Amino acid sequence: MLDGLIIGFQTAMSMQNILFVIFGCFVGTFIGMLPGLGPITAIALMIPITYGIDPSSGMILMAGVYYGAIFGGSTSSILINAPGVAGTVATSFDGYPMACKGQAGKALAIAAYASFSGGTIAAVFLLVAAPALSSISLSFQSPDYFALLLLGLTAVAAFSSKGNFLKSIMMTLFGLMLSTVGTDQASGIERFTFGQIDLLDGISFLLIAMSMFALSEALLSIVNNKDDGSGVTPATEVGSLKLTRAEIKEMAPTVGRSSILGFFVGVLPGAGATIASFLAYGMERNLSSAKEKLKFGKGSLRGLAAPETANNAACSGSFVPLLTLGIPGSGTTAVMLGALMAYGIQPGPRLFIDNPEVFWSVIVSMYIGNIVLLLINLPLIPYIAKALTLPKQLLTVLILFFSLIGVYLVSFNNFDIYMMAGFAVIAIGLRLLDFSMSPLILGFILGGMLEQNLRRSLTLYDGSISFLWDRPITLGILTVTVLVLLMPIISSLRKGDDSDASSKVAEI
Amino acid sequence: MNIKQFTLASMAIGLLSLVSTSSMASDTVDTSEIHFLIPGGPGGGWDGTARGTGEALMKSGKIKNASFQNMSGGGGGKAIAYMIETAAKQKNTLMVNSTPIVVRSLTGVFPQSFRDLKPVAGTIADFGAFVVRKDSKYHDWRDVLADFKLNPRKVKFSGGSSRGSLDHLVAAMAIKAGRAKFRRVVYVAYDGGGKAMAGLLSGETAILSTGVGEALTMAQSGDVRILAVTSKERLDVLPEIPTLSEMGYGVVFANWRGFFASPAMSDEKVKAYAKLLGDVQETPEWTKIKDRNGWVNLYNPDSEFYHFLENQEKELGVLMHELGFLKK
Repeated sequence: MLDGLIIGFQTAMSMQNILFVIFGCFVGTFIGMLPGLGPITAIALMIPITYGIDPSSGMILMAGVYYGAIFGGSTSSILINAPGVAGTVATSFDGYPMACKGQAGKALAIAAYASFSGGTIAAVFLLVAAPALSSISLSFQSPDYFALLLLGLTAVAAFSSKGNFLKSIMMTLFGLMLSTVGTDQASGIERFTFGQIDLLDGISFLLIAMSMFALSEALLSIVNNKDDGSGVTPATEVGSLKLTRAEIKEMAPTVGRSSILGFFVGVLPGAGATIASFLAYGMERNLSSAKEKLKFGKGSLRGLAAPETANNAACSGSFVPLLTLGIPGSGTTAVMLGALMAYGIQPGPRLFIDNPEVFWSVIVSMYIGNIVLLLINLPLIPYIAKALTLPKQLLTVLILFFSLIGVYLVSFNNFDIYMMAGFAVIAIGLRLLDFSMSPLILGFILGGMLEQNLRRSLTLYDGSISFLWDRPITLGILTVTVLVLLMPIISSLRKGDDSDASSKVAEI
Repeated sequence: MNIKQFTLASMAIGLLSLVSTSSMASDTVDTSEIHFLIPGGPGGGWDGTARGTGEALMKSGKIKNASFQNMSGGGGGKAIAYMIETAAKQKNTLMVNSTPIVVRSLTGVFPQSFRDLKPVAGTIADFGAFVVRKDSKYHDWRDVLADFKLNPRKVKFSGGSSRGSLDHLVAAMAIKAGRAKFRRVVYVAYDGGGKAMAGLLSGETAILSTGVGEALTMAQSGDVRILAVTSKERLDVLPEIPTLSEMGYGVVFANWRGFFASPAMSDEKVKAYAKLLGDVQETPEWTKIKDRNGWVNLYNPDSEFYHFLENQEKELGVLMHELGFLKK
């Protein structure tokens, strides 16, 4: 391994490759920041450039773009509540409220530190254990994924305090329902398409996120213009970037936990950064004290650091099945696999032996990439966050422009634009009635995967529900899920205060 | 020059240029430009095929200009409708498509079929492959068939696309050819070939029905074994893997990709484009792009392509009807 590491360092530390990392991170951050353009687009744009250079440099460039885009994605989530990638949705849960409170600078800084830590810690895991981990990535079967997604769905609890229990359950169900639109994979039958060919492929995540979050937010800020300071409109202050010692101390264990969780979830080809970020968010909330719990969804530091760490760690983790097995776990790694194969390199167990320089230089460039990202982003935060100080008339228009263009650029279909307008109207109505959009997007993102894994499990077990307890991994995760759901009841029972129990249940 | 002379002169010039362009159009068909219409978003299989073909045509100097337009929606139906509605304007447009155009017009996803367009040429193809884990108890396709005949529920097929799509149909086709109860094929659908492969390796499914291209690297590294392929003759890349035909199951199936023109394009011009798409396959630029993408050439120009499509439609139609995917 040491030999490999040295080869990796020699390759990655060459002047040319360092320049590629810096260039990749920079371009990736910029593209990722634009709502609607995520890592897949960023990497796809890089592919023509990589044909001319050698494989190691190409992979280093693409890894830089990948990290940069994930990192940039959190910027639009925090500043304008427009998560362009599913992996950064959980970042907006607490990042955007922080920005609204005038702490945009701090929120961006936390995101930068958390991304850095998550990416770096996960790269260490990758270095030490990548080959050994390839077996773990194949140990999960559909019933296990089903249980994992169910656990992820419990993160919805964060939005149901204050007697909003019923409302968030309703929004989650609405999200789950929206995810069923389109052709059903398991049966090949169209559902809820109303004869519209544009609905055959379902509703895209980007469309839902942009219309329900960004568009409705921007439009509401116009409506709310009269009664200023209602709290819905983003604050215009950037705030200080500095973190206090106490805050760092508070977040350090969060970052540690989320890195480990994120990495292992990322290693699973059927999971990835999105599920990792929701699981980390849910885990953090469940581990915190009752008082701290109330802060989640309203600008909790730990609630921001956890998903941001986990999604970066998961990105590193997703390289395990890609490099050791040749299996892409996400759309982004699938594009990278294509690029590798274009070089005539076959990812898989023999990559280690046939092209050690590619394998090791990718890992080493992850360290370098993470450092570069931190270095170029920290000084830029005050300038990026200045976007919020733009006059509202201008900012609103820009948000409208970017969210509409972002969706159109992916599908080139006018119908999507009409659909966005429709969803934005629905979202505005719901927001005025004090419904939160976050459970909806959570239900929507996890719903499709949840259903497919359930259906697959049922097919594999010939329609029997014995898959729920047949495998130790499934049973273990389901037990944790049940415990998480019962925890508030148990803790209130322990207090012996029965009258309080009902209100605690409502917190789930 | 006074104004009158000027107008006269300019009219003459205009008339001259009009004459010259119209004479050019009638003498030789102008194929120096192609506008590729891609029925899906950037980054997909159709996108790669159109852009790769365009790149090869440009770099080899066969055409002067290639432009690309993505139009997703309705599993490709949006782009087909657009080609027909604006047919007169689509003078240099070629739409990329593949086997699903046949499947989806059969199931009525969109009302049109390839007959409403002018098929130009099929250019590349991927054949079906049946893949098992390296430690699988199956060593021969006949083992799978024998097991299936004993208990169809125990032999679970999987694939990276939804039920009723190609991966499923190819599995049913092969079982049918083995004279087993193909209606009882259990098919487990995954979201993409990568996840289906992970499902196979994790042990939850026994057999993966996929394209050769998708399984090739894993098979060459020895992580999985390919039991059979659906090409007519053995493939150059997999010389030791038998075909279903040579085992006596007459199943030949190619998932083709090719190009279509608007119904308004003249037959001459369709022929010229078809020739162009064939000629480019002889160039080193094409070979380079083909190898980069792992394509297999399957050139099938205009009228041959039409017959090929008709045959495929008939075959798939019968099968899908028997499987209950078609109501008619």
